[in-house]
Amino acid sequence: MSASHDDHHHGPAKGLTRWLYTTNHKDIGSLYLWFSFAMFLLGGTFAMVIRAELFQPGLQLVDPNFFNQMTTMHGLVMVFGAVMPAFVGLANWMIPMMIGAPDMALPRMNNWSFWILPFAFAMLSATLFMEAGAPNFGWTFYAPLSTTYAPETVTFFIFAVHIMGASSIMGSINIIATVLNMRAPGMTLMKMPLFVWTWLITAYLLIAVMPVLAGVVTMMLFDIHFGTSFFNAAGGGDPVLFQHVFWFFGHPEVYIMILPAFGVISAIIPTFARKRLFGYDSMVYATASIAFLSFIVWAHHMFTVGMPIAGELFFMYATMLIAVPTGVKVFNWVATMFRGSMTFETPMLFAIAFVVLFTMGGFTGLMLAITPADFQYHDTYFVVAHFHYVLVPGAVFSIMAATYYWLPKWTGHMYDERLGKLHFWLSFIGVNILFFPQHFLGLAGMPRRIPDYALQFADFNWISSIGGFLFGASQLILLVVVIKCVKGGKKATAQVWEGAQGLEWTVDSPAPYHTFTTPPDPKLIHAQ
Amino acid sequence: MLPKAKLWLSLIGAATILFSTQIQAAWELNMPRGVTQISRDTYDLHMQILWWCVAIGVVVFSVMLWSIINHRKSKGAVSATFHESTKVEIIWTIIPFAILILMAIPATRVLTEAYDASESEIDIQVIGYQWRWEYKYMRQNADEEEVSFFSIMSTPREQIDNQLPKDETYLLDVDNPLVIPINTKVRFLVTSNDVIHAWWVPDFAVKKDAIPGFINETWTIVEEPGIYRGQCAELCGIEHGFMPVVVHAVEREEYDAWYAQKQQEARTTREMANNVVTMEDALAQGEQVYSRNCVACHQAAGTGLPPAFPALAGSDVVNGDLEANINLLINGVPGTAMAAYGSQLNPIELAAVVTYIRNSFGNATGDLVQPAAVNTLIQAAQ
Repeated sequence: MSASHDDHHHGPAKGLTRWLYTTNHKDIGSLYLWFSFAMFLLGGTFAMVIRAELFQPGLQLVDPNFFNQMTTMHGLVMVFGAVMPAFVGLANWMIPMMIGAPDMALPRMNNWSFWILPFAFAMLSATLFMEAGAPNFGWTFYAPLSTTYAPETVTFFIFAVHIMGASSIMGSINIIATVLNMRAPGMTLMKMPLFVWTWLITAYLLIAVMPVLAGVVTMMLFDIHFGTSFFNAAGGGDPVLFQHVFWFFGHPEVYIMILPAFGVISAIIPTFARKRLFGYDSMVYATASIAFLSFIVWAHHMFTVGMPIAGELFFMYATMLIAVPTGVKVFNWVATMFRGSMTFETPMLFAIAFVVLFTMGGFTGLMLAITPADFQYHDTYFVVAHFHYVLVPGAVFSIMAATYYWLPKWTGHMYDERLGKLHFWLSFIGVNILFFPQHFLGLAGMPRRIPDYALQFADFNWISSIGGFLFGASQLILLVVVIKCVKGGKKATAQVWEGAQGLEWTVDSPAPYHTFTTPPDPKLIHAQ
Repeated sequence: MLPKAKLWLSLIGAATILFSTQIQAAWELNMPRGVTQISRDTYDLHMQILWWCVAIGVVVFSVMLWSIINHRKSKGAVSATFHESTKVEIIWTIIPFAILILMAIPATRVLTEAYDASESEIDIQVIGYQWRWEYKYMRQNADEEEVSFFSIMSTPREQIDNQLPKDETYLLDVDNPLVIPINTKVRFLVTSNDVIHAWWVPDFAVKKDAIPGFINETWTIVEEPGIYRGQCAELCGIEHGFMPVVVHAVEREEYDAWYAQKQQEARTTREMANNVVTMEDALAQGEQVYSRNCVACHQAAGTGLPPAFPALAGSDVVNGDLEANINLLINGVPGTAMAAYGSQLNPIELAAVVTYIRNSFGNATGDLVQPAAVNTLIQAAQ
C-alpha cells in the first residue's frame, strides 16, 4: 500500500486534469511559459498587421479603426499576456529550485492565478469578433477616448484587466511568501541568486501598483456606466487625472517587465564567462534603487500635458537619476565579462545582445528624460523605437536567453545549438532592422499610432517592415527548438553548463517532479 | 596606376553626390533645427545629449568587445577571480552622476525659456476636434469681428485609397492654414472640444496637448517666412492620422492685410445669415460641408459605419421631423462621437448641410432649410 501511495504522490497525474488541477510549481511554470508563448505569437500577429499596413504610404489592408484596434491589442497582449506571464513562469520554475524550497508557498493559489489568465485573454480577444470591434484607444487607454468616446466593448476590456491584475497580485504574493519563508537553511538574503532578488523586488512593485491599475479602470467603469465624471471635464472631472493615475501604475510596470530580466542576465553572464558576477551587493542595491525611483518619475510620460515648470523639472531630474543605478548594472556585467573565460552558446549570445541593445534603449530613455527635447520626441516613433528597444531586445531577449539556459534542466535534453544560434542571429538582425530606423522616423517627425504617413517617411517604414517580417518569422524557430528539445536530444547532465553555479544545477536534468523535499546541504550554498 | 586611382576617385565622387542628394531628398535622419530660437536650442540640447550617449556607448562597448575578442575560452583565456571593488563601484556611480548634472544645466535653461509665454503680441486659441483644428484669433479690441476658422486636411480620399497618385504634401495639407506674422511673439491657447489631441509643429519645437476642460499655453517667435507642417501627436480616434497642422508664417504687412480681409469675410458671413438661399446653392454648399465635416464617419454614400456611426441613407432622423434633425446637428448626441456642430459651423453651413443630407443618398424630403431658421434654433438652444 505504501509503495503505490508513494507513486501516486511523486509523479504527475495523467491526462488533461494534470494541468487543470496541478499545484506543482514546475507544471504551473510550464503552463505560464506556454501561455505566454501563445500570446507572443498572437500579439506578434497583430504587429505583423501593423507593419504590413505601414509597408507603403496609403491605406492598403485595413481601415484606420481596425489599425487602432491592432495597435491597442498588440500592446495589451504583449505587456500583460506575453512578457509578464513569461517572467512569472520563469519564477515558478526557478525560484523554488534556486532557494532550495520544495514548491511555492501557496500552491493552490498558484493554480488559480494561472488559470484565470486564459479567461481574461479570451474575453479581451473576443472583442475582435464583436460588432463594435476591439478596444481602439491605445494600450494606454487615455480618457476620454477610452470612456465617453470608446466602443461598447470597453467594458470587456475593463473586466479583462481586472482579472489580469488579480492574477498578477496573487502571483506576486506567492513569490514574496516563498522567498521570505521557504529558503533552505544557509540561504541568507545576500546569498540569493539575483534572479530571486530581482523577482522579490518586482513582486513588491506589482503589489503596489496593480491595485492602482484596478482603481483607474474601475473609475472608467463608473464614468461609462454609472454617471460619474472622474475623467469627464464637462461633469467637473479631469482627463489629466487619468494619466497621472495610469502612469503611477505604468511606470513601475515598465520596471516590472525589466527587473527580472536583469536577474536572468546576471545568472547567464557569469556562467558563460566562468567568473563570479562582479559587484553582487551593488547589483542588489541598484535594483532596489531603480524600484524606488520608479515610483517618482511617472509624469515624464506626460511632459506635454501642461504641468507647471516645477513639476516638469522634478520629473526630469528624478528620471535622469535612474541612469545611475542602471549604469552600475551595465558596468557590472561588462566587468564580469572582463578577464573571464567566455564561450558563446545561445543563452550567452542573447545575454550579450541584451546588454548592448538594452543599453541603447537606456540611452534614448535618457534623451527622452530631457524635458525640452521630449517636447520634440513625445508621441513620435522615437518613443516607439525607445520602448521597443528596452522591451524586445531587452525583456524578450532575456526571456529567450532564460529559455535556452534552463531548457536542458526542464526537459533533460540539450537543445539544438545550431538552430538556437540561427534563431539568435535572425532575431538580432531582424530586431535592429525593425526598430533602428524608427529612431530616424521619430526624429523626422512621424507621430506614433497612425495608419498612414507622409511620403518622406516611406523609405524607413519600408525597411522597418522588412525587419519586422524577418523578426516575426524567426520566432517560429524557437517553437521548433523547444518542441525538438522536449521530444528528445542529447541527454543533459545535472550541471548542464560548465560554469553554472547555484542549487538548480545540483538536481538532475530533467528536474524531478518534486525537488528539495528535504533541504539541500548548506555546503552547497555559495555566495553569488 | 594613376588612371586607375582617378577612376576610383571619380567613382567615389559620383557615389557621394548620389548618396548625399538622396539623403536630402528622402532620408531625413535627424530632428529639424527649425526656425525659432527655442527649436534651435532644443536641437543643440538633443545633439549634446546624443553625443554624450555615443561617447559613453563607445567606451562601454569597446571594453566589452575587447573582452569578447580576447577573453574567450577558445583562446585559452583563464578567468580571473576578482568579483567586487567598492572603489570601482563608487567611481562609476559618481562619474555618470556628474555627467547628468552637465546635461541638466542646459536642459533647465531651455525649459525655462520655453515656458515663458508672457508678453505675447497675438493670442490664438487652438481647439482640437475629432478630426480637425479650429483657430480663433483673440480680438484686440471689442469692435473687431472674431476671426475663427477650421483647418481640415485637404488631401483627397482617393490619394489615401491609392486611386490617385500622392502629392508631395500628402496628408500634410489643409484647406485653411493658420497664418501668423514672423518676428512676433504669438501665444497659443490650446484646448479641445472632445478627446485629447496634441498640437505639434516640429520646426517651432512646439508640442502641447489639447485637453478638454483645460487651456494650455505655449508660444513661438518664427524667424523665417514659410509653410510649416506638423500633425496631431496624441491618439484621438479613428482619423488621428489625418489631422495635420499647417502654419503659414508671413511678413507682418502680409499678415495685417490677411487679417483685415478675414475681418471683412466674418462681417459678410454674419450679414449673409439673413439671406434666402436657393435649393441649387444649398445642395452644392451642403455637399462641400458634408465632405469636410461628416464624411469620415457617415461615409461618402451616407452609409455610415454602424453601429458606432449610423447611416444617413434611409435614416429615421434625416427623413423625420426637420426641426429635430437641425437640433441634433446643433447639439450633437451626448455620449457618442456626434459632436455639437452649433459651435463649429455657421448657420449658412448648417442649413446647407441639412438640406443636403435630407435630399441625398436616396433621402427625398424636398426640404430647403434657410440660414435664418437655423439661426433661430441656435439662439433657442443657447
